[in-house]
Amino acid sequence: MDILNIVKKVAFNLVKQAVIYLPEDVKQSLRKAYAEETSEAGKTQLKAILDNIEFAEKYQAPMCQDTGTIIFYIEAGAKAEDLDKVEEALIKATRRATVEVPIRPNAVNPFTQKNSGDNTGKLIPWINWNVVPGETIEMTVLPKGGGSENVCVMGMLVPGEGIKGLKKFVVDAVLKAGAKPCPPNILGVGIGGGSDIAMKIAKKALLRPLNVANPDPEIAKLEKEILEAVNMTGIGPMGLGGKTTVLGVNIDYAYRHPASYPAAVAFNCWAARRATARISADGTVEYLTHKIDEVK
Amino acid sequence: MAVYKFKTPISEEEIRKLKVNDVLYVTGTMFTARDQAHKRALEYFKQGKPLPINLEGLTVFHCGPIVKKKEDKWTIVAAGPTTSTRMDIFEDEFIKNFKVRVIIGKGGMGRRTTEAMAKYGAVYGAFTGGAAILAARAIKSVKSVEWLDLGMPEAMWILDVHEFGPLTVAIDSHGNNLFEDVQKKAEESKQKIYQKLGLSP
Repeated sequence: MDILNIVKKVAFNLVKQAVIYLPEDVKQSLRKAYAEETSEAGKTQLKAILDNIEFAEKYQAPMCQDTGTIIFYIEAGAKAEDLDKVEEALIKATRRATVEVPIRPNAVNPFTQKNSGDNTGKLIPWINWNVVPGETIEMTVLPKGGGSENVCVMGMLVPGEGIKGLKKFVVDAVLKAGAKPCPPNILGVGIGGGSDIAMKIAKKALLRPLNVANPDPEIAKLEKEILEAVNMTGIGPMGLGGKTTVLGVNIDYAYRHPASYPAAVAFNCWAARRATARISADGTVEYLTHKIDEVK
Repeated sequence: MAVYKFKTPISEEEIRKLKVNDVLYVTGTMFTARDQAHKRALEYFKQGKPLPINLEGLTVFHCGPIVKKKEDKWTIVAAGPTTSTRMDIFEDEFIKNFKVRVIIGKGGMGRRTTEAMAKYGAVYGAFTGGAAILAARAIKSVKSVEWLDLGMPEAMWILDVHEFGPLTVAIDSHGNNLFEDVQKKAEESKQKIYQKLGLSP
């Protein structure tokens, strides 16, 4: 089995699918926001977004010029073959996508300010590894836009304030972000673990579809409460005013140290792109978020 | 709300007609400039070095496009606006020195830029963030590319555009700033939101 080539091909397809087609749950949520928007400026923005999504599919071009930093999440079956070759395959797939989709070269050396030109560089694409039982490899790509990344926040809250402190932290983050993260946004909220862990959880929470409820009913309730609260800000689509500032709030957590209450908010723009596929041990591939025949 | 269609070079007189919430479409020459191109243009000005083109009356687009080269010809694949606040540290000098008339981007700009727009006669046109294909369709051709050593997103792409828009005039040349108004209202809603969540102020 030539895992290197299969992973390379699948990763390329995932990047291409992700940047051209929004997942159905995000599209539906944007259509609903358009139907319900009462602000004229907000409605104009949502109309432009919906038109743009259609054009991207029709012309087979990335829906947004910022095709993001390429981030992979790999659920690696411990018994899968050639896992040591996956990283190389993902790097090669990213380079190919840069030329062939094309996606914008977005990897810059922070010291020399030189753009590598192919979306790769030290530690980029970033790969999150998770070893799971079995022999399949599940891969997700999250092309993460820079505008929404620039307003992500991490805070060490006061443990004594508990959930109240968390609610305030999220509301304040949305108010501070304003128009910058291309609202309507999706918020990933991560709690606990430690400073780095909270942000990792927050960002991974962005992968949960908008139509999938949090398995914990109490947290699902909190998500809804925060969603309603942040939409009272009136920031609206693209910050020009309106009802929908945030499409969804996805919370996840780890246990915390008794003295710490780490919390993080990861913002995703309306172009909330993601794509997932599963590669079985026999080399068969199943695309889980997009129908592969959609990609020409 | 009125709808305007302007052709470059745009005069100060034309720009002064625009008010926030008006919708604007621009035809003619537009160039992209992000942080690095702004910085270099201002350095050139300081050193008395000429810029690749005369920017007076033109439109600046805060954008790092995806561009494809086919048989020696550049084509814009996707070209949505980037976050304009990053350019706030350059824009007042940029407007003053080069007399650009329309700044296009997303997310709005601050007081310093708003004041420069009022003083020298320029507006900020908000284009839907991420609507890269809508934008690309209004771009008819790439006239030239300058400063490509800055990388594809940061280079200065000089474009021929036809009815580029709709642009919501979000900062006019009379000191009004729509983004600031929305943000102010949002800040005012804070206490109401805290109350709903059972938080003390």
